[in-house]
Amino acid sequence: MADIKEIIAARVAKELHDGDVVNLGIGLPTMVADFLPEGVSIILQSENGIMGMGPAPEPGKEDVDIVNAGGQCVTIVPGAMFFDSATSFGIIRGGHVDVTVLGALEVDEKGNLANWIVPGKIVPGMGGAMDLVVGARKVVIAMTHTQKGKPKILKSCTLPYTAVGVVDLIITEMGVMEVTPEGIVLKELHPDYTVEQVKEATEATLLVSPDLKVMA
Amino acid sequence: MKDKIKTADEAVSMIGDGAAVMVGGFMACGTPEILIDALVRKGSKNLTIICNDAGVPGRGVAKLLTNGQIKTLIASHVGLNPEVAQRMNTDVPEDKLECLLIPQGTLAERIRAGGCGLGGFLTPTGVGTIVAEGKQVITLDGRDYLLELPLRADYALIRGNVTDKFGNTTYHGTTRTFNLMMATAAEHVIVGTCKIVEVGEIDPNSVVTSGIFVDSIVGGEQPWQI
Repeated sequence: MADIKEIIAARVAKELHDGDVVNLGIGLPTMVADFLPEGVSIILQSENGIMGMGPAPEPGKEDVDIVNAGGQCVTIVPGAMFFDSATSFGIIRGGHVDVTVLGALEVDEKGNLANWIVPGKIVPGMGGAMDLVVGARKVVIAMTHTQKGKPKILKSCTLPYTAVGVVDLIITEMGVMEVTPEGIVLKELHPDYTVEQVKEATEATLLVSPDLKVMA
Repeated sequence: MKDKIKTADEAVSMIGDGAAVMVGGFMACGTPEILIDALVRKGSKNLTIICNDAGVPGRGVAKLLTNGQIKTLIASHVGLNPEVAQRMNTDVPEDKLECLLIPQGTLAERIRAGGCGLGGFLTPTGVGTIVAEGKQVITLDGRDYLLELPLRADYALIRGNVTDKFGNTTYHGTTRTFNLMMATAAEHVIVGTCKIVEVGEIDPNSVVTSGIFVDSIVGGEQPWQI
């Protein structure tokens, strides 16, 4: 079995269309750019001030004044632009980002998202996450299905929200789930798992699409 | 023309205890390190620092934090500097840090509003979360927004690439970040810049921050290795 993160990133990549403006979170979501289907070219937005971000530079060719939102050196692609943070979040809140891909601590049946704080334990801050999930046209959560065996897809989030009712799609190593007004619907199942196993790993009520497909 | 060029120590000499200071940059990229270093040497205490983040250990506002100069930090993300959590949770009163976290887009827009004469703005960011606590919710066309208020400071430390002697400033790469807005939202603005040139040498099309916003200019900035 391939690396779980690669499975997730590769499936997320299939959600992206040629020409989409995309903001990828730090970590697993960043890997999505490595799995784009043939013929699909996207425009990466980085909230610290880039439209048209490229991959990491070759060693020795770094420009230390060109970094991504994690502070790591990156390159830019031809046609790129730099801007300030107010402009950047105008782009984000203004609905000019087609898709944002982020990780999550918890997601629930209403599409509520918690991914920025564990009170008393981890207080990293929300950074740009609250703006991104409110402003982007489509919010894709890319994450492992459980955390140390504990479900992360819940009936109701227990941690403080990042935003309410914003999640469109959840992609894990087990499958692809859509957040609908009726609840969370399993649309694709990874061949390594059964529907029962996904239900056991999910606290939320999991509806199964009558047209359930194989996740690939 | 007023001579705005100073040494870093001269420029920060008026920043006293308890001042509110905006610092540009994002994870220390675009932060004027020479001005931070001078403020560390000056040793002003009980500062309120407004910055996107807490820098990274050894860089950016992290140096002020390590030196025990920050009483209140207003930022959007502090996860790359473990010292923030240590100081927030310490039992030693004089080391205790108050940290106010604000969504990044809201922080940027509050500073912009502070600099451009707006009494506030309505944003959908934070609705239904703890960010909304104590804030007025205004519903327009069926959508809820939070009323967010402008943010200003006594001083802004910003980082330019090329600055002329009037203060007209250009930026390079991803260093623009909060610098542009902060330059408009403080009573006294100090630019740490990589290169100082004569007035007229910068193409007006390339000027991003007008010299009218700049009170002091300090040379000697450089692209800092991370």
